[in-house]
Amino acid sequence: MSNVGLVADRFADRGAAERRLADGGEDAGQAPALLPRLLRGLHGQGQMSLEEHLSVHGQVATARARRRRQESPLIATVEQAGLRGCGGAGFPTATKLRAVAGARGRAIVVVNAAEGEPASRKDRTLMELLPHLVLDGAELAAQAVGADEIIVCVCETVPASQQSAVTAIDERRRHAGARVRTHLSLVPGHYVAGQESALVNYLGGGAAVPTFTPPLPFERGVRRRPTLVSNAETLAHLALIARHGPEWFRQLGTPSQPGSALVTLSGPVSQPGVYEIEHGASLTSLVDAAGGITSPPRALLVGGYGGSWIGGELLPGVVLSDEHLAAHGATLGAGVLALLSADACAVAETARVARWLADQSSGQCGPCVYGLDAIATGVEELASGVRTGAAAQRVTRLAGLVRRRGACGHPDGAARFVTSALETFAPEFSEHAHNGPCEACTRYSELPLPSPTPARARGRARAGGARARDSR
Amino acid sequence: MSERLRVNPIACEAHGMCAELLPERVTLDDWGYPIVDDRPLPPALLDHARRAAQACPTLALLLERDRRR
Repeated sequence: MSNVGLVADRFADRGAAERRLADGGEDAGQAPALLPRLLRGLHGQGQMSLEEHLSVHGQVATARARRRRQESPLIATVEQAGLRGCGGAGFPTATKLRAVAGARGRAIVVVNAAEGEPASRKDRTLMELLPHLVLDGAELAAQAVGADEIIVCVCETVPASQQSAVTAIDERRRHAGARVRTHLSLVPGHYVAGQESALVNYLGGGAAVPTFTPPLPFERGVRRRPTLVSNAETLAHLALIARHGPEWFRQLGTPSQPGSALVTLSGPVSQPGVYEIEHGASLTSLVDAAGGITSPPRALLVGGYGGSWIGGELLPGVVLSDEHLAAHGATLGAGVLALLSADACAVAETARVARWLADQSSGQCGPCVYGLDAIATGVEELASGVRTGAAAQRVTRLAGLVRRRGACGHPDGAARFVTSALETFAPEFSEHAHNGPCEACTRYSELPLPSPTPARARGRARAGGARARDSR
Repeated sequence: MSERLRVNPIACEAHGMCAELLPERVTLDDWGYPIVDDRPLPPALLDHARRAAQACPTLALLLERDRRR
């Protein structure tokens, strides 16, 4: 397995970007085979202007379909590159493009930078510092699917992304390069708001909550038009693939997971933040690039709060590719890599996140509303030592009960997080069940959660009892 | 072409009719929401499944033909 996963530019959370590897002033548009790719040319003074962006990456040679009704050549290029969605689900981007392009009616492109995942910062970072790369990708995708409108969705609680997106859209308007009408939409900050159908529902004037599918957005999306919902990072990769081609893209990564990816590294490292890695890079190389460990890690959470834990003893061998992570029951997902230090209480952290996940249910599907609440209560009981013995089995059973029972994947993710925590932290859970809270339980909390916790989007009112709910 | 049962979990309000009418394929969870066996329905159950779907007060029980994606 490749271990050359060079970690490129990193920037600290507070936006004070700091170059790590100089990129040595190549000519504009010349493709660097190695890293950084997306983060190339970052200068540490905030947003990259359109002029700077073009001097780093060059113009895109737009490949239009020669005739109407003929597929855009970009779709085949993206397919050869093997680009997959970077929002978490990893769906092949070319398949999505093709579905939208083939659907009846004028399409819409939705740039998804909502990033409701509390431990992820990559999309907001992209929007804040490199908006033109994302907008290039959105315009190219719009051309490929025949869309005449782009909606850029950023989280309403992240002013930096908003400001940067406004400036960038305006810059492109003035520069005449913008061929597709582009506007900004601020979406609520709760966890499921960035889910594809929730975003489409919100943009159509409804609440930012998932809807029952079908219809999928490509069939009937925003204003009933075929809609391509694509993660911001995915579009940024697409912008570079359109410039440099599929072979270039595949020079990094593994055959099954080509290219690079943005990851958000948090926890006990010297410089937590957003990094660009090569798929197949070792975790060790990433941690080294982040200045090394500051205290011994107990475990690593991969993929976010719907993801899986890997125990600390296994971390030296961890390789950041889905092929390798599958053995640990994990996928890279949206690139969240959250180290938990051994000083923190893994049980209290699990309980806190489990409760947060329950609160983030949009309150629509019974198994999610009642199931996640019951799971969170079970974990809290285990943490406080109220219940012992069969309580852990009960939580595991409930986690199995909620899987695939919601309109979206939220219950599945929450169940995965909790079951994985129960396995990885089995000794700690057993210790708490018998002896009650430990000294570290209340000392501090490490896993990032938004504060204060945003209330669930739609009504606790509806969770008042299955049989007493309003009929619609 | 086979048919399968599916629940629209947003529409479902746990009336439990489906489990009464089609216990072969539907059980209820701890909170009264249906757990549906989504394997293709054998011909002998098709009529019962249709009746259960029609009886759901919120029309949340769906009989679906296999579709791609």
